[in-house]
Amino acid sequence: MSTIEVDCVGETCPVPLVETRKAIRKASPGDIVEVTGTHPASKQEIPMAVKELGLELVGIEEEDNLWKIKIKVR
Amino acid sequence: MSKATIIVHSGDMDKLYSALIIGNGALAMGMDVSLYFTFWGLMRLKKGGLEKGALSRMNFLGLGKWMIKKQMKKANVRSLEGLFRDFRELGGKVIACDMTMEIMGIKKEDLQEDLITDYGAVGTYIKEAKESDITLFI
Repeated sequence: MSTIEVDCVGETCPVPLVETRKAIRKASPGDIVEVTGTHPASKQEIPMAVKELGLELVGIEEEDNLWKIKIKVR
Repeated sequence: MSKATIIVHSGDMDKLYSALIIGNGALAMGMDVSLYFTFWGLMRLKKGGLEKGALSRMNFLGLGKWMIKKQMKKANVRSLEGLFRDFRELGGKVIACDMTMEIMGIKKEDLQEDLITDYGAVGTYIKEAKESDITLFI
């Protein structure tokens, strides 16, 4: 079990979504994918993708427009 | 699994962006995606042709395109080439229309073959579109 960090700070549509998906594809069951970014819409849409993919959303944090989304891969 | 099938008929730069962004978004959401490149869209798959499309409106002999590209760079928008690589990496399929190739005299070696998954015709599209939840003509 490891944590995979995805840095999408300063990236715009559709990059945060795409990079999250790439990381999830490479991850093994039990791994945590941690995405950080600043694109506002992606903060709403990454959790939607997590739901569609049947994965677990561990948490969302936000401070000064910088968000972090933690996803547990099954 | 749910599926999206998109016909890329236009070779305009902005429309190619739409097709690739929607395609990548659908893949990211866990869907299967096929892009069918035909007519002017297929021209963009020729070697060195990806970025050659004009803007569908307000191109102004390339000035409009230049301005949009400048704005896109400022906003850190990924290039068409980059979006295409993403699309393939996430398992998206790219089908080149063989009838367009025939009428426009395009050979396989004229195309960026590393971007293309398959060569097909309308039957392939209809079969896939029938099983799709989303189908678009761009």
